[in-house]
Amino acid sequence: MTAAVTTTKDGTAASTAGRAGTFMARRSALLPALAAVIILALLFAGAELFLRGDFITPRNLSALLLDNAYLLVLAVGMTFVILTSGIDLSVGSVMAFTGILGARLLAEGLPPAIAIPAMLIGGAAIGLVIGLLVQVFSVQPFIASLAGLFLARGLAFVVSLSSIKVEDSATLWLQTTRLRLGDWYITPTGIIALLAVAVAAFVLHYTRFGRTIYAVGGQEQSARLMGLNVARAKVMAYVISGFCGGLAGLILTAYSGAGYPRNGIGTELDAIAAVVIGGTLLSGGRGYVLGSMVGVFVYGTIKTIITFMGAEQSWMQIIVGTLLLVFIVIQRVIVARSGQKSP
Amino acid sequence: MPAEQSAPHVVQMRGITIRFPGVLALDRVDFTLRAGEVHSLMGENGAGKSTLIKALTGVYTIDGGTIEVSGEQRSFGSTADAQGAGISTVYQEVNLCANLTVGENVMLGHESRRGGAIDWRTTHSRASQHLANLGLDIDPRTALASHSIAIQQLVAISRAMVLESSVLILDEPTSSLDRGEVEQLFAVIRGLRDRGVAILFVSHFLDQVYEISDRITVLRNGQLVGEYGIDELPRDALVTAMIGRELDDLTALGTSAHREINRSGAPVVRAMGIGKRGVLEPADLEVFEGEVVGIAGLLGSGRTELVRLLYGADKPDAGSIFVKGEAAHLRTPRHAIERGISFSSEDRRAEGIIADLTVAENIMLGVQARKGWLHKVKAAERDELVAQYIEALGVRPANPGALAGNLSGGNQQKVLLARWLAMAPDLLVLDEPTRGIDVGAKADIQRKVSELSQKGLSVVFISSELEEVLRIAQRIAVMRDRHKIGEVAASDVNVDGLIDYIANAGEGSAA
Repeated sequence: MTAAVTTTKDGTAASTAGRAGTFMARRSALLPALAAVIILALLFAGAELFLRGDFITPRNLSALLLDNAYLLVLAVGMTFVILTSGIDLSVGSVMAFTGILGARLLAEGLPPAIAIPAMLIGGAAIGLVIGLLVQVFSVQPFIASLAGLFLARGLAFVVSLSSIKVEDSATLWLQTTRLRLGDWYITPTGIIALLAVAVAAFVLHYTRFGRTIYAVGGQEQSARLMGLNVARAKVMAYVISGFCGGLAGLILTAYSGAGYPRNGIGTELDAIAAVVIGGTLLSGGRGYVLGSMVGVFVYGTIKTIITFMGAEQSWMQIIVGTLLLVFIVIQRVIVARSGQKSP
Repeated sequence: MPAEQSAPHVVQMRGITIRFPGVLALDRVDFTLRAGEVHSLMGENGAGKSTLIKALTGVYTIDGGTIEVSGEQRSFGSTADAQGAGISTVYQEVNLCANLTVGENVMLGHESRRGGAIDWRTTHSRASQHLANLGLDIDPRTALASHSIAIQQLVAISRAMVLESSVLILDEPTSSLDRGEVEQLFAVIRGLRDRGVAILFVSHFLDQVYEISDRITVLRNGQLVGEYGIDELPRDALVTAMIGRELDDLTALGTSAHREINRSGAPVVRAMGIGKRGVLEPADLEVFEGEVVGIAGLLGSGRTELVRLLYGADKPDAGSIFVKGEAAHLRTPRHAIERGISFSSEDRRAEGIIADLTVAENIMLGVQARKGWLHKVKAAERDELVAQYIEALGVRPANPGALAGNLSGGNQQKVLLARWLAMAPDLLVLDEPTRGIDVGAKADIQRKVSELSQKGLSVVFISSELEEVLRIAQRIAVMRDRHKIGEVAASDVNVDGLIDYIANAGEGSAA
């Protein structure tokens, strides 16, 4: 045994032998996210075999990011909220509202320098309302964000009842520009989504605010007694999620070239599914934003495979549902095995 | 050694008053904490200990009085304020985040940063340093939850030291530690004291209080009884100060102590060596037909724990229970009820009365549950049973349709008693049935219990009021520090004798 570190005095971790034991004691929360990576690899391998080498191509993998960029951004925001052991059901509607708002403002002749900030601020504002309801008025996150869902959807229809085409070249540039490297390509929307992941990972792991988010999700009462600013962290999680809703609205509008008030119905549930598959525990305090990214790719890959096979779209829901069930059970088992408090 | 009287006063609380709706929780209490002393705060449940601590840590705002910390007058709006003034608290249930690492828990909110980003290397090495200062050699990158409660408690103390606290409050830190772990904790406490940290220690364990404290402050019913040096206050004086003497309006009831109990048959319940690791050391208890057995001891001495094991609410890991001579496995309260044992909890609001149901419904709950929910008790039978118990116990208002939540505490307790009695048990276990209720209701309940036991009901009666236990019981089991230290016949002792027994029996240091 070459364990470089003495672990506990009570010997529990020390007796589990060597590096694996140390790893478990240090990073058991990583395991659900690793499981998601394994699932993604299996999906890739399976599709590759089934489609006789036609699946893992630079074109397909590039498209995987671009087609799911809006969902990735929503999942990033959702990760913050779920880490605090909350939930945000409003994001699909927020994406629709900010998308149609932006399209309308551009159609009215306002420059993107005004329209785009308006979308982001609009999303963040709805997040702020939900956060204040949750924190100040102690409303259940489920109910508060359900109210946000209806509010945002209603606002979307107030802005326009039908789809509005976007003619603004700067906005369309976000999607039409293709930066190529061989057969690989990426658009500014894809870059934005990856940037969102990178910034979120930095904030969560390298700032006090990020660590407070984890502490709140672990044991809120303890976090408060430790003198951390729990109220700010919780409200900010919803503001970030709302802001990400606005950003997703921008990406989706650029992607589809139009705003549409019926966009994103049920997308909040896709985002939640992706976050959970990516290894973030619904009970809060454990998970990684990179895991959520893997979760989005798992989700997107299943969708692509179904399309390739020409199967019914309902299979998509059956597979995602099954995966969710399996993952929740896996997480339970992992959490119980590693001797952590059960969520 | 007690700190010198001249040691600087780190905390000076004067005339602290805190009111809750309908209750004066603290009534002009003074409290002083000096640098480099371990100061124990003692008092029974409801005495105001935790209220005083919460006033000092910014959880409650005070309605009157002043708090000075290091010579500066302060008013705390939050725990963060109090921490800023150098006051840190380690609670009974370790208030850390189990999902984070040891190092993070130590440093949370105080991580080292470089260029706006947390520098984990430095943060973890600082955490290691703080842990090493308390003699802990553990990897700060391990998950907190992978360590024992004792280690977690020391991690919490390390955290307090990161904040450079001048005051450390330890609220029941030893309640889930074994002997060796307590020693380790005490070594740390002594080390901190010698470095000039003022330590406020709260524990129900008298032995530990005498082992570690330099000074003791006693509270009772929200008022200050006094502050004493550890050498000025022998154990029995401490117990007397905590419990006090109630002017006895109840002596009129007379006493059942001398009633003869026929102990020749099989006991209604016999527990042999029941115990649970970390909760209660193995204890025996026998209750015969028509007998009232009192359980005396300070709060936290294991009174409730003993009867919970007896009743199947908690699972013993040692010993066996016989009901009327037959071995019984009481795994859940339901099994106990089937064998004719009823238990009335000390926490009547949380575990007893259902505020939104009527008096009649509350009384009938037990009977109905026993019959099964599909066999509804007939209305006529129900009305008769309810009327009978309202009358017998003197429930006011005598209205079966009144909402239980609107009754006074005393009347709620009577309703609870009626619920258990309506099930016609052989053994009734009452945990603090008279706490916080007025004298009249107290007398009603005591009278009823005496009356029923004369008719053959067996009762286990827990109370913090020794007069009450002595009056009702024929035999008294005495508990201390989660350990049954002995039994006395009620006719052989008076209150002073019982206090002496609680404080000194088995210590060999009887005052």
